[in-house]
Amino acid sequence: MSEPLLSVRNLQTQFDTRAGPLLAVDGISFDVHAGEVVGLVGESGSGKSVTGFSLLGLIDPPGRIAGGSIRFEGEELVGASPRRLRSLRGRRIAMVFQDPAATLNPVLTIGEQMRLALAAHGERSPAVARQRSVEVLGQVGIPDAARRLSAWPHEFSGGMRQRVALAIALLNRPALIVCDEPTTALDVSIQAQILSEMRQLVTEVGTALIWISHDLATVSSVASRLLVMYAGRLIEEGPVGAVLRQPRHPYTAGLLASLPSQSRPGEPLQQIPGTTPALNDLPRGCAFAPRCDRADGRCDVAPARSGDAIRAVRCHHPLGGATVGGGDTDRFGAMP
Amino acid sequence: MSEPAPLIQVSSVSRRFEPRPGIGERLAGALGLGQLPATVHAVDDVTLTIQRGEAVGLVGESGCGKSTLGRMVAGILPPSDGQIRFDGAPVMREGRRPVKTTTRMQMVFQDPFLSLDPRMRIGDALAEGPIAHGLVSPRDASAYVARWLSEVGLTAEAARRFPHQFSGGQRQRIAIARALAMQPDALVCDEPVASLDVSIQAQIVNLFLKLRHELGLTLLFISHDLGVVRHLCERVAIMYLGRIVETGPSAQVYEAPRHPYTRALLDSVPRLVLDDDELVRFQPIEGELPSPLAPPRGCHFHLRCPYVQERCRSEVPRLAAPTDADAVDARAVACHFPIAASALPPIDPAI
Repeated sequence: MSEPLLSVRNLQTQFDTRAGPLLAVDGISFDVHAGEVVGLVGESGSGKSVTGFSLLGLIDPPGRIAGGSIRFEGEELVGASPRRLRSLRGRRIAMVFQDPAATLNPVLTIGEQMRLALAAHGERSPAVARQRSVEVLGQVGIPDAARRLSAWPHEFSGGMRQRVALAIALLNRPALIVCDEPTTALDVSIQAQILSEMRQLVTEVGTALIWISHDLATVSSVASRLLVMYAGRLIEEGPVGAVLRQPRHPYTAGLLASLPSQSRPGEPLQQIPGTTPALNDLPRGCAFAPRCDRADGRCDVAPARSGDAIRAVRCHHPLGGATVGGGDTDRFGAMP
Repeated sequence: MSEPAPLIQVSSVSRRFEPRPGIGERLAGALGLGQLPATVHAVDDVTLTIQRGEAVGLVGESGCGKSTLGRMVAGILPPSDGQIRFDGAPVMREGRRPVKTTTRMQMVFQDPFLSLDPRMRIGDALAEGPIAHGLVSPRDASAYVARWLSEVGLTAEAARRFPHQFSGGQRQRIAIARALAMQPDALVCDEPVASLDVSIQAQIVNLFLKLRHELGLTLLFISHDLGVVRHLCERVAIMYLGRIVETGPSAQVYEAPRHPYTRALLDSVPRLVLDDDELVRFQPIEGELPSPLAPPRGCHFHLRCPYVQERCRSEVPRLAAPTDADAVDARAVACHFPIAASALPPIDPAI
């Protein structure tokens, strides 16, 4: 295989708080190849967004990257100068956030924001900027793009604003776009429009995507590879279909089994008992052990990654069978 | 035919949000300068019946009026037109300041971080309503609270704590316990699982299943999550821009929707892709929701409908049982040209 576009090794992102350091991202490693769509899945607090921010050097104090390496296009980003990171951001790596109302500047027209995004990376000619802006707005499915350049963000609907945010991310032809829950705030019909357009775009433009989401179904319809995070660690990875058909980590299996589509209507859903642990109160060893029905004494030691470059899991007792399962028997009970 | 009297009867209810222009705006309007802000037609002539013990899902995208309808049903927002009856009696007393007349219907909101008073201990928050309405004496309140906390899977010890000491899922349990402590016959739940993580969602969905089973609760369950609604509700009503466009038993509506909007909505839901070579094909609905400030004439969906005809542009379709050959089930559709059950490939019901 060729040299990956992005190579993350043992990345640790830490927040220094009064209560002590919190490891939001605890030693994760993965590769993204050019043009690949990688889905990064986890629940709130799993560290998926912090991972995305770390890649762009957007971790502000009290947070910091405490260790590991991020190699992007052959260049080490951990420890790179702020100036260098600024030159990469928006040009080689771009990011799209969940809430487009918060990312677009409300007092600048769309055209002006796009011109600034190009000017920040050396494109001085307004005519060229205008042409490029119209081109990418067309690519993300905004009709009548030339006229919309003079529109303000508030004149767009939520779905259209997210398209504009995507267009801005595409402006400088980045090699990688980190999308953090880009369709979560949108209605299903608009989400379907954007998902189908994104897939087409990726093939056309050849940009690699890291698609961060809590929604397995959404990720599975856009990504080809899946990374599952839990409490700051990468616990399972592999091709989307393989992971969803045969999840090996009990957490992945439990998440899948808890979806309404996996039970008959009206019957209790399989549920994972308990809640995600707080980062300042992580159990020793495997962080999932207290909620896991397969846990035993071995789980007091954090499991190492086992598997190969394609398919791997971090679990002492991975599921080997073909069935989706691994829920629990405690159907109605809850942990106060 | 003697059907049992419905527990909740929503009859031709509309709700408009009218601007209250200030004196300056009124003056400017009178002089022909500037425009008065437009009226939002949030809910437009909706009729809905819920039988005792039934769980009805109310589904639609943002801005379709489902929350407004839910608030009217719960008796916390008066309708502009029409009437809502609960067990035969109006839910709100009319007048200058409309008041809810029953405590037998309670509401659970989406965000348990906002719906619980952060400075009130859980026990006080749960006991306040029942004491005020004489359901329990202050002396017996703590045992009473403990009973409802255990009903939702929490221990009595939770009563001494404050909302911030609980996780999102636990707070939603507390909000549900607070509604249950009023001993309602019916709950209106507005997106009660939308702000929860997937693994916690399943716990709360199961809690609702259990409560229905044990207490015989009637539910109006408002959600944009089609999967959760199908799981929990035997009947579903689909809303689009202020109107109900289709209702029927969930299984039938999900498998063979007859309104083009329902079909498009179901086609838009991402499914788990289990095959790595499979390319998912979405059939997204064209365009976006029209503004409720100026809803289109005729059928509200006609601007985006692939089957639109001339009649749809002028005449509002009424919600009625389809009269064509496919009309075999207990379903109502507001469409001049409903999709024939055999016309399109069936939908994979696993959502």
